Amino acid sequence: MRYLSQFMIALAVLVFVGQASAQVNPTERAVTEESMFEALGTDTNAVAGRVSIPDSSAGNLIKPENKSWASFQVGTLQTLSVVAVVGMVGLLTLFYMVRGRIQVDSGMSGLKILRFGAIDRFAHWTLASTFIILALTGLNLIIGTSVILPLLGENAFGALTSLGKIAHNYLAWPFMVALALIFVLWLIDNIPDKVDVEWLKQGGGIFKKGVHPPAKKFNAGQKVIFWAVILGGAGLSFTGVMLLFPGVAGAAADWQLYQTIHALIAAGLSAIIIAHIYIGSVGMEGAFDAMGSGEVDVNWAKEHHGLWVEQEKAKSAKDSALSTPAE
Amino acid sequence: MARMKFLCDADRCIECNACVTACKNEHEVPWGINRRRVVTLNDGLPGERSVSMACMHCTDAPCASVCPVDCFYTTDDAVVLHNKDTCIGCGYCSYACPFGAPQYPQTANFGTRGKMDKCTYCSGGPEPDMSQAEYVKYGSNRLAEGKLPLCAEMCSTKALLAGDGDIIADIYRERVVTRGYGSGAWGWRTAYGETVAV
Repeated sequence: MRYLSQFMIALAVLVFVGQASAQVNPTERAVTEESMFEALGTDTNAVAGRVSIPDSSAGNLIKPENKSWASFQVGTLQTLSVVAVVGMVGLLTLFYMVRGRIQVDSGMSGLKILRFGAIDRFAHWTLASTFIILALTGLNLIIGTSVILPLLGENAFGALTSLGKIAHNYLAWPFMVALALIFVLWLIDNIPDKVDVEWLKQGGGIFKKGVHPPAKKFNAGQKVIFWAVILGGAGLSFTGVMLLFPGVAGAAADWQLYQTIHALIAAGLSAIIIAHIYIGSVGMEGAFDAMGSGEVDVNWAKEHHGLWVEQEKAKSAKDSALSTPAE
Repeated sequence: MARMKFLCDADRCIECNACVTACKNEHEVPWGINRRRVVTLNDGLPGERSVSMACMHCTDAPCASVCPVDCFYTTDDAVVLHNKDTCIGCGYCSYACPFGAPQYPQTANFGTRGKMDKCTYCSGGPEPDMSQAEYVKYGSNRLAEGKLPLCAEMCSTKALLAGDGDIIADIYRERVVTRGYGSGAWGWRTAYGETVAV
């Protein structure tokens, strides 16, 4: 024990002598902004130090990298969002002018077949209505200042965007519930199989009149929409929840990343959904009934989902056979 | 009109935090909001320097460019201010700021950060100069009284300089030439795309 304390004293003396001999000359080795930036190199971290504020992130002194996020926001992201939405609307307009409304070739039969029950339609419309509001309020954050602000003025636009933000934050939750519901309800019918290959080979019959490749309950195009919505929706949900709980997500760099991913997925999914809305309404005769009343015309069903109609018929035949009392 | 800037001479700053205290007191800044802070670099090492940092009132301010409601505006003195009535508290300006200037009254979830608050260069907001409404939202308006920001005025070692960019750059340049060293005009390159050449 005594040896140890002697050793400690000796060590302390050594350290003291060492410090005294290394007197700091302020003209030398002083930290400069230039040297700090050089030391950072390609690292995206900030020039940082110690602060007496409890929030340690206040120790970041200068973080030039934040400016690249800012320029991406007002540059690439704005452009991409506009291109995605306007581009898809343009493409569809062109398609409509060339192909026109896709008709039921054999004409309406007047007979109906149930395609989507109440739960399916409830899930679909919850997802659809929340998505549309989320997409519009989200798009407003990106292009609102250049499109809507000049029309409304700063006060009204600020109030509107503030409401939009609240709507965006809270409608995200029914969106996520509906997304989960859709996933559970329709997963089984959306697993890709051989039929889809043939459907895709024929271009789904979209581009040619009278061509109707066979399809089950969902054709390959609808499966693409399904998986785009599920995967895109999951990505939006995850990044969105992270942005709603910034403390959980991490620090500024993480928020930037989540926001960027969120906006990019949103732009892509919006384009896909615009196409989906088109083909489910003006683009195809008889398609809207599937989600409207839930019952579609049998001839429409035969043309677009031939295999599904056969399945349904076989099922009902079996049911009626079972329900027929044995004599 | 002048082009107002801050310049912190890190070779003079003694990390006394008087600028921080002066700012808090002058504007009655609430708890948890730090419009100005002092960061010590290489703490405890040879060449340690402290830098007092607040909003740098950037040229082409990134906060203003990303604001989804366009609530920022630049005064004739090139001070970057914002309108708290329009602000929706989305936090984007804080993502974009290289200096960590934007502050929020809450660190809450669900986007309930409250209205953004930051250094006003002691020049208030869009309300009439020196009005009560302006004081409550943004603090006092010393520029309207013909005074410079209090943080710089209070600085005991005259490390923190505020005023027209050319004038304070000249003062700093003279100091560097006289004493033979200087660690640079911190943040100038990032904020204004230029630094003080000596």
